[in-house]
Amino acid sequence: MRFYEFECKLLLAKMGVPLPHGGTASTPEQARQLATELNAPVVLKSQVLSGGRMKAGGVKFADTPEEATNAAAEILKLPIRDQLPVCVSVEAKAAVAKEYYLGVTYDALAKKPVMIFSDMGGIDIEQVAEEHPDHIATQHFSTLVPYTDFRAKELIASLGITGGELTALTGIATRLVRLFQQYDMTLAEINPLGKLEDGSFVVLDCHLDMEDEARERHQAVLDALGISPDETRQGRPPTDFEIRGAQVDAVDHRGVAGRVVEFDGNLGLVIGAGGGSLTIFDAVQKYGGKPANYCEIGGNPSVNKAMELTKLILSKPGVEKIAVIMNVVSNTRADIVARGVIKGVVESGHHPAEKISIFRIPGSWEADAFKILGKYGVEYCDRSVSMSEAARRAVEKTGA
Amino acid sequence: MSILVGSYTRLLVQGITGKEGSFQTRRCIEYGTKVVAGVTPGRGGEEAEGVPVFDTVAEAVAKTDANCALIFVPAPFAADAVLEAAYAEMPVIICITEGVPTMDMVRVRRFLKGSDLTVIGPNCPGVITPGEARVGIMPGNVFSKGKVGVISRSGTLVYEAVAQLTERGVGQSTCVGVGGDPVIGTTQVQALRMFNEDPGTEAVVLIGEIGGVAEQQSAAYIASEMRKPVVAFIAGATAPPGRRMGHAGAIIVGAAGTASAKKEALRAAGATIVDSPAEIGAVTAGLVGARP
Repeated sequence: MRFYEFECKLLLAKMGVPLPHGGTASTPEQARQLATELNAPVVLKSQVLSGGRMKAGGVKFADTPEEATNAAAEILKLPIRDQLPVCVSVEAKAAVAKEYYLGVTYDALAKKPVMIFSDMGGIDIEQVAEEHPDHIATQHFSTLVPYTDFRAKELIASLGITGGELTALTGIATRLVRLFQQYDMTLAEINPLGKLEDGSFVVLDCHLDMEDEARERHQAVLDALGISPDETRQGRPPTDFEIRGAQVDAVDHRGVAGRVVEFDGNLGLVIGAGGGSLTIFDAVQKYGGKPANYCEIGGNPSVNKAMELTKLILSKPGVEKIAVIMNVVSNTRADIVARGVIKGVVESGHHPAEKISIFRIPGSWEADAFKILGKYGVEYCDRSVSMSEAARRAVEKTGA
Repeated sequence: MSILVGSYTRLLVQGITGKEGSFQTRRCIEYGTKVVAGVTPGRGGEEAEGVPVFDTVAEAVAKTDANCALIFVPAPFAADAVLEAAYAEMPVIICITEGVPTMDMVRVRRFLKGSDLTVIGPNCPGVITPGEARVGIMPGNVFSKGKVGVISRSGTLVYEAVAQLTERGVGQSTCVGVGGDPVIGTTQVQALRMFNEDPGTEAVVLIGEIGGVAEQQSAAYIASEMRKPVVAFIAGATAPPGRRMGHAGAIIVGAAGTASAKKEALRAAGATIVDSPAEIGAVTAGLVGARP
């Protein structure tokens, strides 16, 4: 889950990392007030969840409160990659002498976290990695032993940095690693980290990504930042349909029935599990079907969850039929999904035999499932019919 | 012969540019210790006490072949300095700093578990092998070369006991201040074992104090494995229970922490107990003199 820059800075401030003076504004008038209080030239930055803000025109400089007001007004109505900013940050413009890069992430190959440092920070850091590898230092570290100053010092000194610069950078690097570990980040990056003309350091821009799976562990911090559990912070904001999908999955902790993504088609999909859902989704499209949604069920969800998911999908305008398809199941019980889906269809005011184009969940408790389905006249099949063939039949019945 | 330090020691001083670090480095060099490097972050490339200063221990070891670290880093950063030296695989690491948080030292000990590196201290006077190397803060002039090993939780009592030995013509192989904190890098038992295995040591003076059970553990080791005579003194016979007296580790909790319990255990194990540091010289002289 990606954080806005201003949120990243709040978290970095908690760790004691030096930041520029300033704040955020939701209106041009608030930007004027901040610029007036700062009483100095300011930089205004669009608060969106994507990079490339400078190139998109989302970063502006202002010498007076009037200029800041106008700049804020422009930024606040400028979408970047289809996103309007949630606010604009207003910070004192720093007199930067040199820019550094500090980053922490996981090295999937080494299966360890890695700390990265460069004395050539800035927006072209990827290029530095390619063209000046001698200006990039990396270091793997253990998660068993707390990361401490001497390790950061070794990394930074390896690029020949000494003096006050070494000690200042050491402190910031150690704090960044602590933040990475403490809050289950998958990426914690300060770029650029500015060395000012007076020799002090300040974070100019930063990027933090928290692992979605760890969000529950950090509810207090997320609450303090005003981030609700509904906020997915994906590439686009979630639709109402998707938010309700997440609520379905949160009904209880038994299995998964959610991870809903909304599409425009007429065929609702109740599909599972991870790889299975992707395969089935592909198959539906291969046969010319138009999915109304993607979702995942698995891990033996309760009747209640399967029912709520079904009701949600059927509530979507334009959904003509649903297809219930999974790969061969082991721990998920086919009969429980069958009961949930049928209950969902009935409670939505439809007849199961009409709304369910096909039910293909072979495996555990399939005999019981088939008995229930047979009672309601729903077309079902066992593993002798492939997922692909089941998808084809569903598309054929629903129509494009 | 000796243990831990000697003429082979190539010393690196962490915190060499600090007040204490620079002063004590000078004294070590005056004593004849080979000091080859200093480490202070941000001061790499400078010189202190005629010794090159580096930013990191790793770099200092690579460039000077240092094989022993002496640490004068302030308490909040001392454990990290020990870890840095351990990471650079310094075989002997001696931490003088007092006031290192126990939690930090527990982490250091856990990190060192299974390694063959030796950490002495913290909160200790260091280690001296008379005539060869002084790695710490002891007054060099009271020591004399010989065959008695000295182990002490207290720093100043070492000086006192050693002055007594030297007075009586009893020289020392090595004197180790293991430190006065509850969690230390090298225990009394580990130091006893080193002396037991050192051919240059004929007898050991053990200076304990109230608190903890280190002396009882020493007693168990002495009873089962020690092949050399041990003279023991325990400070704090009149200390009231529950009050910290001096060292962080010197606090009587339960019956085992008392001086009398410790003396009893050591006596039962075969050690010779003395009731005053003044007797250490005479009693040890008698023991060592009695041996051919």
